[in-house]
Amino acid sequence: MTDATLTQGRSTSPFAGLMSGTVGPVIVVVSAIMAIWYIAAVALNTPFQYDLYERAGQTDVSTSQLITDTLAQKKPVLPAPHQVVIEIYKTTVEKKITSKRSLIYHSGITLSSTLLGFLIGTSLGILLAIGIVHSRVLDKSLMPWVISSQTIPILAIAPMIIVVLNAVGISGLLPKAMISTYLSFFPVTVGMVKGLRSPEVIHMDLMHTYSATRLQAFWKLRLPYAVPYLFTSMKIGMAASLVGAIVGELPTGAVAGLGARLLAGSYYGQTIQIWSALLMAAFLAGSLVALIGVIEKLTLKRMGMNR
Amino acid sequence: MTALASAKDTEMVVNKNSASPNRVIDIDNLSLTFETNDGPVHALSDIDLKIDEGDFVSFIGPSGCGKTTLLRVIADLERPTAGSITVNGVSPEEARLNRAYGYVFQAAALYPWRTIARNIALPLEIMGLGKDVQQHRIKKNMELVNLSGFEKKYPWQLSGGMQQRASIARALAVEPDLLLMDEPFGALDEIVRDHLNEQLLQLWAKTNKTVVFVTHSIPEAVFLSTKIVVLCPRPGRIYDIIDSDLPRDRNLDIRETPEFLKIAHRVRDGLRAGHSYED
Amino acid sequence: MSTTIVSRRRFDMPALLAWFVVTMVVVGLFMPIFKPDIGVMEVPKLAVCLVILAIAGVRYELGFMRNWIGDVALGLVTAVAAWLLIDTASDYAGEATIGFWALTAAAWAASWLFVERLAIWKSRSQAATRIINLVIPALFGITILVIWQLVVTGAGVPKVLLPAPSEIWVRLTGSVPILWADFQQTFLKAVLAGYFIGCGSAFLTAILVDRVPFLRRGLLPIGNLVSALPIIGVAPIMVMWFGFDWPSKAAVVIIMTFFPMLVNTVSGLAASDAMQRDLMRTYASSYWQTLFKLRLPMAMPFIFNALKINSTLALIGAIVAEFFGTPIVGMGFRISTEVGRMNVDMVWAEIAIAALAGSLFYGIVALLERAVTFWHPSMRR
Repeated sequence: MTDATLTQGRSTSPFAGLMSGTVGPVIVVVSAIMAIWYIAAVALNTPFQYDLYERAGQTDVSTSQLITDTLAQKKPVLPAPHQVVIEIYKTTVEKKITSKRSLIYHSGITLSSTLLGFLIGTSLGILLAIGIVHSRVLDKSLMPWVISSQTIPILAIAPMIIVVLNAVGISGLLPKAMISTYLSFFPVTVGMVKGLRSPEVIHMDLMHTYSATRLQAFWKLRLPYAVPYLFTSMKIGMAASLVGAIVGELPTGAVAGLGARLLAGSYYGQTIQIWSALLMAAFLAGSLVALIGVIEKLTLKRMGMNR
Repeated sequence: MTALASAKDTEMVVNKNSASPNRVIDIDNLSLTFETNDGPVHALSDIDLKIDEGDFVSFIGPSGCGKTTLLRVIADLERPTAGSITVNGVSPEEARLNRAYGYVFQAAALYPWRTIARNIALPLEIMGLGKDVQQHRIKKNMELVNLSGFEKKYPWQLSGGMQQRASIARALAVEPDLLLMDEPFGALDEIVRDHLNEQLLQLWAKTNKTVVFVTHSIPEAVFLSTKIVVLCPRPGRIYDIIDSDLPRDRNLDIRETPEFLKIAHRVRDGLRAGHSYED
Repeated sequence: MSTTIVSRRRFDMPALLAWFVVTMVVVGLFMPIFKPDIGVMEVPKLAVCLVILAIAGVRYELGFMRNWIGDVALGLVTAVAAWLLIDTASDYAGEATIGFWALTAAAWAASWLFVERLAIWKSRSQAATRIINLVIPALFGITILVIWQLVVTGAGVPKVLLPAPSEIWVRLTGSVPILWADFQQTFLKAVLAGYFIGCGSAFLTAILVDRVPFLRRGLLPIGNLVSALPIIGVAPIMVMWFGFDWPSKAAVVIIMTFFPMLVNTVSGLAASDAMQRDLMRTYASSYWQTLFKLRLPMAMPFIFNALKINSTLALIGAIVAEFFGTPIVGMGFRISTEVGRMNVDMVWAEIAIAALAGSLFYGIVALLERAVTFWHPSMRR
């Protein structure tokens, strides 16, 4: 079976060549998703549109008219892609960055708490991992809790942390960053523990023959080995950190940030606003993870470890 | 299924009646070229080879000479780009669909989630045989490879040699007339290897199967085979075919005899000549 | 681990801890323990606590009974000391001063010392080793709870900021019916329904995607991308589409669990190596036979990886989705309303339930994994 598919992939037409890579299929699948989105938008928005026509006393609406109208509602059940894109354009390019209605302003707020939380979480994760690798007691007592801490739906206490810290006068960036910290420390800890332990016994024995101190073994052997693991877990941690920041913005009374935009949108039924905030969040997540990917490539290249 | 089996049986009866030994594999002017990004690679070129029923044939040669590829062509795991090949008088694909051969790989390739007995049952389940037949064949073949008592063990609980024996039992359970073995003992140490070689010979003598065996060890090839095919690389081709006149019934001591050494010498000369051709 | 080979430790952690215990006891003896100026000798219970901790610390320093009997005695003494501290702290809530904190620190160091000793216990039987490996993290958890209790009551932390574990426990046992109703709404309905539909449909999609190489190449990069996105953001949309009740939460859970399962299953189905596939080919095995006998078993470690990730995601998804609108029941609803009313102990009770449910859910999936993928190198013992 595999042989057959392979030989098919090797056929000579340029179209087949494009389709045998990943670019072609991804384009096709994305366009399919867009098509389904439009069809779904028309289908989901039609009932409300009929209501509108009835109220306006309009009968006899042509199908093309119906489709144009369903794709241009103010508060559609499902906004069409172009409506969302236009909304994003309006709220990013046409608004001043300082404006409360600028999506860039809200993204910036979310981004800053994401990054702060990510920074603290990653540092904490690395420190914990170093402790766990070097102390048997920490390994035995702490590691099970690090793992089970993630089975706890910690996002659930996000609102409480925010409100409670607000009550004692701590507000702004730090409470949200704390949630991001909690979500991002875990993948980093687990990944770093794995990475710091990844040198093979033979390499550790080599260090031993040099009677290297633990510190030397750490800098010269364990840390370089752990770097690829660190980057992999940092990507996961960054994505988690953004989720934490967004959820952390939910209970602050919808003041600022992408999470607040989502909440405000859902209060007032502004679906286009929700979708644009959602796409913005997706874009942020994608670019942050991609950024780490680029740094990873450069670092590994300098270390001579690029694959 | 039953129709197929009976057809095979009658064919075998006809074969038994004829006087001359049966041709199991007939390869004629066969070539195989892989298209790679660096241009074509001639893995096999102009191979002519006949293998008769009851033969023990070894393919020997340096790495890259195409000995494994040739075995894979016989097993229909690769398709030739030119020439013809028949297995049991039909195309390799048809032979594969008839389950005409058992194949033993370089590694045991046992499934870790199945016990040894269930691993041996795997091909039988795929063929859709009844539970009784399965049980019978598992028992018989585990005895044949001296693994009785290990039915309930998992592969990872066994040594490498035992795993490879289990994989041979798995290949035998299909009850094929043809056994294709691709460096089956390559990863084992010499002592285990000698032992398994002897067992394999006994098995071959008992069942009178046709065996095609890939190896890169000269003593192993000479010790086991009735026919030794020496291949050389770039392009992969047959350099020499040696019909061994050693008695069929042999033990490890035969490796000290002059006849054995003579054949080994000829194989070594062939390998060396094939190599020097390349430089 | 190879680090344990390092024979000479530069510092002796247990000895250090024992010294710390003794130092803290001395501090406790001479500093006031409660406001305004109550010394340790005026509180008999704490005097007892101080004395036994002192004995425990000195005993270790002198090298007397450094065997398992001594270790067990240390554990018992530490437990009694902790109980005495908790008991007195509630009588003097918010009055604690340096002496009390010194004793708390001494008790904490004693429990750490106990764990240090436990960790180097060499046990012959496997079962005992396993029990010790369970006891150590359990002790760690208990220590955290005790310190939490002592700090909150001793320092008089306002209940709004952080209630003591004892208060949370009282609230939890006192409001079982409410908690049970919330649990039913959020976990038994939304989480389980969403989890099974999400994972199941992703599994079937993965098999379809795997069958069609074009789809695999097109969908997999997108699936990988989506796995990194904050999908939780679809919650308000789902609430708008499917209403306030549990189906909208289940929908969020379905979307959140779908992509991890899809990506993992597809890569799991590709995990079998060439030799194993060739083997099936020599048997003239059909597509479905190869799928069931080789590729699905091979994919199981990957599938369970996704199932474990999803067990946590599902609970998070359902609870957060409830922040966007619910009927007047549900764990997320309770958390957000009780936070608003500053009933923080109720919130913590709800979180304790959520944590328990999440851990149990994860634990069951992990046990199932152990049973199904017992053959995988990471599971072999």
